[in-house]
Amino acid sequence: MLLLTCPWCGPRDETEYHYGGQAHVPYPEDPDALSDEEWAENLFFRDNPAGPFAERWSHTAGCRRWFNVVRDTATYDVLEVYTGAAPAATQPGVAR
Amino acid sequence: MSTPLPPEHPDWLWRDPDPKSSYDAIVVGGGGHGLATAYYLAKNHGITNIAVLEKGWLAGGNMARNTTIIRSNYLWDESSAIYEFALKLWEDLPAELDYDFHFSQRGVLNLAHTLQDVRDSTRRVNANKLNGVDAEWLEPNEVAKVCPIVNVSPDVRYPVLGATFQPRAGIAKHDHVAWALARACDQLGVDLIQNCEVTGFVKDRDRVVAVETTRGRINAGVVGLAAAGHSSVLAEMAGFRLPVQSHPLQALVSELYEPVHPTVVMSNHVHVYVSQAHKGELVMGAGVDSYNGYGQRGSFHVIEHQMAAALELFPIFGRAHLLRTWGGIVDVSPDASPIISATPVENLYVNGGWGTGGFKATPAAGWAMAHTMATGEPHELNRPFALERFATGALINEHGAAAVAH
Ligand SMILES: Cc1cc2nc3c(=O)[nH]c(=O)nc-3n(C[C@H](O)[C@H](O)[C@H](O)COP(=O)(O)OP(=O)(O)OC[C@H]3O[C@@H](n4cnc5c(N)ncnc54)[C@H](O)[C@@H]3O)c2cc1C
Ligand SMILES: [Zn+2]
Repeated sequence: MLLLTCPWCGPRDETEYHYGGQAHVPYPEDPDALSDEEWAENLFFRDNPAGPFAERWSHTAGCRRWFNVVRDTATYDVLEVYTGAAPAATQPGVAR
Repeated sequence: MSTPLPPEHPDWLWRDPDPKSSYDAIVVGGGGHGLATAYYLAKNHGITNIAVLEKGWLAGGNMARNTTIIRSNYLWDESSAIYEFALKLWEDLPAELDYDFHFSQRGVLNLAHTLQDVRDSTRRVNANKLNGVDAEWLEPNEVAKVCPIVNVSPDVRYPVLGATFQPRAGIAKHDHVAWALARACDQLGVDLIQNCEVTGFVKDRDRVVAVETTRGRINAGVVGLAAAGHSSVLAEMAGFRLPVQSHPLQALVSELYEPVHPTVVMSNHVHVYVSQAHKGELVMGAGVDSYNGYGQRGSFHVIEHQMAAALELFPIFGRAHLLRTWGGIVDVSPDASPIISATPVENLYVNGGWGTGGFKATPAAGWAMAHTMATGEPHELNRPFALERFATGALINEHGAAAVAH
């Protein structure tokens, strides 16, 4: 069981959270301009590294707010927790 | 129900060769799919200068970790075609490979617990029949006849409202399947190379010409990826992305018990599936852990949830002891269907995205992948499963539709 620290509520068990997948996937700036291939990328293709990964979690059984976590998908170590679009500055090289 | 023990196997079923400097075809990943690909490359296409490169030991990945459910009762035509092709191959393989890997066609029940489940299930039964796949709808009393230990009482939280039944479905001994395929590959001249991790791809412009490995560079005419949970990692090395996410998937077994469970029972709604292995252990699995993970382990609450579901369906398991839990890494695609496809890199093909349910497809995946690698063209079976479908929108959405768990 992962132990994740909600930025607002503090450390809670994984069962209080909902997983949201890769963080910082922007909505296309000009959706009408996208080709089918670009839409496919936007909808279906996400990074899937074995290592540090910036991902979204929602504290569904608590404050119900979304936040971001950089977690190592090989060791499951939580490397950083942050809110909003702020980049995880202490983790250079993390794919966002 | 008494089944003889699996045959004792000799110490060595295949050679343990060092890699040569060059092969006509290289298959990355020595799980079931990689072995089946090599087997059919040699057998169907006469290509025998092949290496299967495995970073660990042969079939130590998902092939050693799955719950061995084999069935073909998927909803969509494309899926029916490939899974039913696989099931027919399974029916012949023990004789063809001269290896009794205990393929036991004991049937599978997919339970329905809600009105929507009932509608989806009867629709799937009809679709299966149209595709020549054996399927029936059973009422609760008929479910109890097939599997007397399932609780069909209406007084439970999610009563059993009926089930689909595929009599030809079943289970097999996964390790023995791998060994049978490995021995056959070896006899056909395939080099099965263990402790050989692929760490990079050498390209001549857009064409792959060699792989870098922990045992040196190996030239290749054509390369096929069959790396299951690590498909994305290899694709990234080769310079492209795959629409899959890797998740932990867990399973567990109980201590050994007398035979009590004559079939396979799956329930998507309460989220558990159960069979009893030949030796007597109850084998149970559930869904993936929600997060991306390469750790070959998941979280305990997933196991707890699955045990709760198992106990509701099988009150008789109340005193059973859990012996062992484990996890694998499964590469889940957006439509819960596989990808057997050309890639942006010439001469590099990918077989992946089988997620939680690729064991049953092992022979068909190998057959189609071998055809694709040997001819450069998809087989009719895998044409719909190409990467292009994510851009054209022709998804083959088996999430829910096919009682997809395993
Ligand atoms: C707990 C669990 C239960 C399951 N239950 C079922 C079920 O009941 N029915 C069903 O149909 N399916 C089931 N599955 C899914 C099934 O196991 C997989 O879809 C299938 O095994 C994948 O194909 P494979 O056997 O080739 O994979 P694997 O056996 O995982 O083979 C991939 C191989 O690639 C190797 N590899 C990875 N990276 C590299 C590299 N860089 N270089 C060299 N080698 C590399 C790995 O070490 C591994 O051996 C289950 C899976 C799990 C984890
Ligand atoms: Zn919170």
